[in-house]
Amino acid sequence: MTAVLTTTSVVVAGRARRGARRRRVLVVLAVVALALLAASLLAGTTYHPPADVLRALAGENIPGASFAVRELRLPRAVTGLAVGLAFGVAGTVFQTMLRNPLAAPDVIGISSGASAAAVFGIVVLSLGDTAVALLALGGGLTTATLIYLLAVRQGFAGTRLILIGIGMAAMLDSTVTYVLSRASQWDLQAAMQWLAGSLNGASWSRTLPLLLALAVGLPLIAGQARNLQQLRLGDDAAAGVGVPVDLTRLVLIATAVTLLSVATAAAGPIAFVAFMAGPIAARLIGQGDSPVLAAGMVGAILVLAADLVGQLATGTRYPVGVVTGVLGAPYLLYLLVRTYRTGGAL
Amino acid sequence: MTDESENLRPRHDLRAQDVTLAYGDRVVVRDLDLAVVPAEVTAVVGANGSGKSTVLRALARLLSPASGQVLLDGKDLHRLPTREVARTLGLLPQSPVAPEGIAVADLVGRGRHPHQRFLAPWSAADTAAVADALDVTGTADLADRSVDELSGGQRQRVWLAMVLAQQTDILLLDEPTTFLDVAHQVEVLDLLTDLNRDRGTTVLMVLHDLNLAARYADRLVTVCDGRVHRVGTPDEVLTVETVREVFGLEAHVMPDPITGRPLVLPLGRHARLARSEQLPEIPPVTVEGRVAAQAPPST
Repeated sequence: MTAVLTTTSVVVAGRARRGARRRRVLVVLAVVALALLAASLLAGTTYHPPADVLRALAGENIPGASFAVRELRLPRAVTGLAVGLAFGVAGTVFQTMLRNPLAAPDVIGISSGASAAAVFGIVVLSLGDTAVALLALGGGLTTATLIYLLAVRQGFAGTRLILIGIGMAAMLDSTVTYVLSRASQWDLQAAMQWLAGSLNGASWSRTLPLLLALAVGLPLIAGQARNLQQLRLGDDAAAGVGVPVDLTRLVLIATAVTLLSVATAAAGPIAFVAFMAGPIAARLIGQGDSPVLAAGMVGAILVLAADLVGQLATGTRYPVGVVTGVLGAPYLLYLLVRTYRTGGAL
Repeated sequence: MTDESENLRPRHDLRAQDVTLAYGDRVVVRDLDLAVVPAEVTAVVGANGSGKSTVLRALARLLSPASGQVLLDGKDLHRLPTREVARTLGLLPQSPVAPEGIAVADLVGRGRHPHQRFLAPWSAADTAAVADALDVTGTADLADRSVDELSGGQRQRVWLAMVLAQQTDILLLDEPTTFLDVAHQVEVLDLLTDLNRDRGTTVLMVLHDLNLAARYADRLVTVCDGRVHRVGTPDEVLTVETVREVFGLEAHVMPDPITGRPLVLPLGRHARLARSEQLPEIPPVTVEGRVAAQAPPST
């Protein structure tokens, strides 16, 4: 009896300790994300003091500030936040589900599918923002379905899915190059800007579809968060504890691909955000807990911070994707080297 | 704790009726009729590729039958909600994956999944079940350690604890002793015997080691070429003929001097030669005589 009592208290204390760490990290991440959001409103080509920004946001007309804050910086900052959130959540859903940090949607070709469709929409069809978002969604979903169908034969194998996805990415990226080679000078510039992953063209009409997708997608994913965590035990063990494996996977893939594709349509395939956010979040909150929320916040922080750095750090204004690319590429190499060292397969 | 109420728990009935199991077009198991006897320990043995793990997968709801039915308390297992099944059937698959860095208590807590409601917080019952599972498996002092740091034997006990936290009447285990040294194999099997005796848990496991299966199981199921070959007590099933038919192996079967259960001594080519040339006096031990003397358990 005493043994049971002490074990109970050990279990309770352990849970409390790990829960406290998780809450602490989430609060810190939220504060950092909001601080960066505020900084993106204050800083730009010219600095506007907080008082002016607040008054401009409230609708007052302040010469020089109102237009910049309301029409340029606010959509830009909100887009950055939303895109980062979507990339971070979608990325960690894939990585957790496939039990592999390399299985991020920007590595396995789903971003490429959305990009190819969006570039086609921009360059060849000259579509508007919402239509491009829908086309990107179609491209992402089609690519995901294709990869899934090719990989799922005789059971669901993560490694094969990753390799097929990488092949698919290469194919789609060359399609993008082909479309660009046929583009007119003006379209080419717009498409290149977009492909690098940039918040320069951020506008409400581009962000709205994404906000809508987030409003629907985040609750769906939150509802599956527990099942998602169980999938990490392996499909058999997850089924053993009562997870409807196929259904869970279908809901998660469809939702994550939607978030990713619509976010890609809004700001281009910002390099490596979906890939980096999950592992960083998992390291911060400790493994074993659901990293979805934290990964979303880390994604938002990455995009907002990278955009600020791209705009302000040097004389040249770099698109946000260039900065995240500089951060993400070495991380990808590190991950490959580490996998190789620990003797693992992909 | 509350032994009486544990023993009064309803016994669930799990059986396969005329089941065919296939991966794609390849039929792996056919004509499977098998009732898992409640409150007994059953071991499924057979050669590699005989389909023994596939049988377990079907009983565990991991594989839908191509034809026939698996019934849990008379209902089609594959039509019951996953969660409901998981409150009756616990499963330890062959190679579960521990999320990197997860604490032992948290991994064991994963077994509470079928008892947790959507968005409901962790309950006192969850804590109690986890604590009990840790105590029973002797892993309480590892509770806050990371699963990555544990030895193979410890890790297997933690996985068992996770399945125990699920508080199911029936446990299905796919080779729970693989990759463990002999001491840890015995430890895991002792633990399963305790659960069976103290709580009346029904255990069905796939085992590789014939002698451990004979020692620990009340009932043996031999599987050969995708069919159930024989079902019965170890004494009934484990004979020279069975070993020859199921494994294609010549063996000498004698009563284990400690427990009286059959003990299989595999004879390779060299031992066969030795027996025929040098030790012709070893009498072929039949288990039947001893069974008769011992008065077999009522069937």
